[in-house]
Amino acid sequence: METIRAVDLSRRFGETVAVDRLNLSVEEGELFGLVGSDGAGKTTTMRLLSGVLDPTGGEAFVLGRPVRSEAAAIHREIGYMSQRFGLYADLTVQENIDFYADLYGVSGKARTERVAELLAFSGLAPFRDRPAGNLSGGMKQKLGLSCALIHTPRVLLLDEPTNGVDPVSRRDFWRILYRLLREKVTIFVSTAYLDEAERFRRLAFLHEGRLLAMGTPDALKAALPGVVVEALSDAPRQAAVRLRGALGESSPVGILADRVRALVRGPGDAADRVNAALSGATFPCGEARVVEPTLEDVFVGMLSARDGTAP
Amino acid sequence: MVERLRRMLVKEFLQLLRDPRMRFVVFVVPVIQTLVFGYAVNMDVRDYPAVVVDLDRSPRSRALLSGMTASGAFRFVMDTRDMEAAAGMLDRGDAGAIFRVDPGFGGDVEAGRPGKLQMIIDGSDANSARIAIDYASRIVARHAAELRSRSGGAPARRPGGIVLVPRAAFNPNLESRKGFVPGVIAMVVMLLTLMLTSMAIVREKEIGTIEQILVSPISPTEFILGKTIPFAIIGYIDVVIVALVAVFWFDVPMRGSIPILFLGTTCFFLCTLGIGLLISTVSRTQQQAMLTVFLVYFPAILLSGFMFPIANMPPFARVLTLADPLRYYLVIVRSIFLKGAGMAILWPQIAALFGMGIATLAFAVSRFRKTSA
Repeated sequence: METIRAVDLSRRFGETVAVDRLNLSVEEGELFGLVGSDGAGKTTTMRLLSGVLDPTGGEAFVLGRPVRSEAAAIHREIGYMSQRFGLYADLTVQENIDFYADLYGVSGKARTERVAELLAFSGLAPFRDRPAGNLSGGMKQKLGLSCALIHTPRVLLLDEPTNGVDPVSRRDFWRILYRLLREKVTIFVSTAYLDEAERFRRLAFLHEGRLLAMGTPDALKAALPGVVVEALSDAPRQAAVRLRGALGESSPVGILADRVRALVRGPGDAADRVNAALSGATFPCGEARVVEPTLEDVFVGMLSARDGTAP
Repeated sequence: MVERLRRMLVKEFLQLLRDPRMRFVVFVVPVIQTLVFGYAVNMDVRDYPAVVVDLDRSPRSRALLSGMTASGAFRFVMDTRDMEAAAGMLDRGDAGAIFRVDPGFGGDVEAGRPGKLQMIIDGSDANSARIAIDYASRIVARHAAELRSRSGGAPARRPGGIVLVPRAAFNPNLESRKGFVPGVIAMVVMLLTLMLTSMAIVREKEIGTIEQILVSPISPTEFILGKTIPFAIIGYIDVVIVALVAVFWFDVPMRGSIPILFLGTTCFFLCTLGIGLLISTVSRTQQQAMLTVFLVYFPAILLSGFMFPIANMPPFARVLTLADPLRYYLVIVRSIFLKGAGMAILWPQIAALFGMGIATLAFAVSRFRKTSA
């Protein structure tokens, strides 16, 4: 069953088009990622899907209901965590959770159990009497998530939940999300971190409000036009310059620590072409070899194919 | 719905009262404001400093001048024959007025000719000057009447004098404090309710909680009620606090009905909470909200008749006062305290506030739905 569907979903703010005819669908129980750089339209998309913002064109559906006209019904079923989840800094952890529990009408035994469960798996139980303003960034996010989960929603919309959170807390956060997936919760996450994107079952690349590609990480990598080649080099910066000259504009070249990495397009063996380009160099270079593409290669490749230049 | 609303209220009170500064602002500042207004905003003229330049030095001139100080209205800070020195006192602000009696004053009076007393007054504070002149002329008139009655025969020669006999109802001694202190109630609660409402909502915008609340099952109406009712309650508490200070500290009489005062206050709150809400829809930050509050608040005071009589305003300003909720509430508060007026007299004011309040609130709520997202 389709949990989230966007049909030609668009939103403009004056002259700017923040989201441009977006079409996507998310299956029940799926972990779906909306990936894009800052300003790509991720937050606007999240707000359109959650019904905080009305679209200027197209329509969004959540759990089969049109968001625009049935927002109230949808709000009981979704948990939404905006980029800066609003916590009341002057209220304690417990009071924040209580407030959201009351907003969602969670009461009685169900409430006691749910609060205990959320405090336990978020690890916030020891801090329940601490004002939310005194929590660390990672703990604030976990508290925000706990509040968004208080009513056991079937759909969870998370807008850049791990932005600015330390790596350890980020891992904890993902662990909580995996747990929710086992409970058949549909999770729709936006992120600007491409390394995180590998965690999604399916993802959509958003750029300047438009959908660039959508699919599973493997399918997206397989569809990458070209081959990723890496070579060790003592002078990766100069190597990159040489490679750019030799391979042309259509093949983006990047530097990764002590290596050059290129998405090689066009005919011929990719590794041979790189070796040929680097062979005349005055500085020593390692043997070029074909490597598995990452989602970052895919994203960079799509942008360069689209703009016709290497980023 | 009731449960969600109750929780919103609990949360607002928790947030409001947990902060010691807010407790101070809400419960102590109104008392301070009332005391300051009660003592400082005093239009009565008492012990007005004056210089005497008596060039006549006759028993007649002495008698007239001592009448000036006898009532307590004036206080002589200098007695001189040197007009330059007297003018210097006025220039430096050490005196507010000069009374000058030219030689021959006593002789003129004895001979039945009008004697002249010159009063030179510092007009830079026009209000006090006007009041001081008024006092002085009344004292002179009384003195003249006494002279005439004592000299016998005189009234027979000048028949048919017309005398104005003023009596100030509700405030017999025309103490301005009695008019001002009830007005302070209106000013204090207006500022408080405007400020608290607009700031509280804008704060939710700033920290991003408003977005979470919009995706919760709570309706915008419930949210707005939850955001305004606590401040209305605080407003009522402050009305009571300021009223107690007025009655027990400043001896302002409370002649009217307390239920009608609360009815009027409720209608006034509809307006101020509506305006506060409206301000919150146009402000992104708490600073913007605060500045906008003052942008509304000061004209509201100036147009309310609190300091300047509405009747003295040019026609277009008088029309503007009709849109000022404070104008109506001021009439309600003053009339209830000083005149004991009831619904029969105050219904137009209460109806005006109610109408304006409902309209403002409705407009604010519709704007809020559009702009909060």
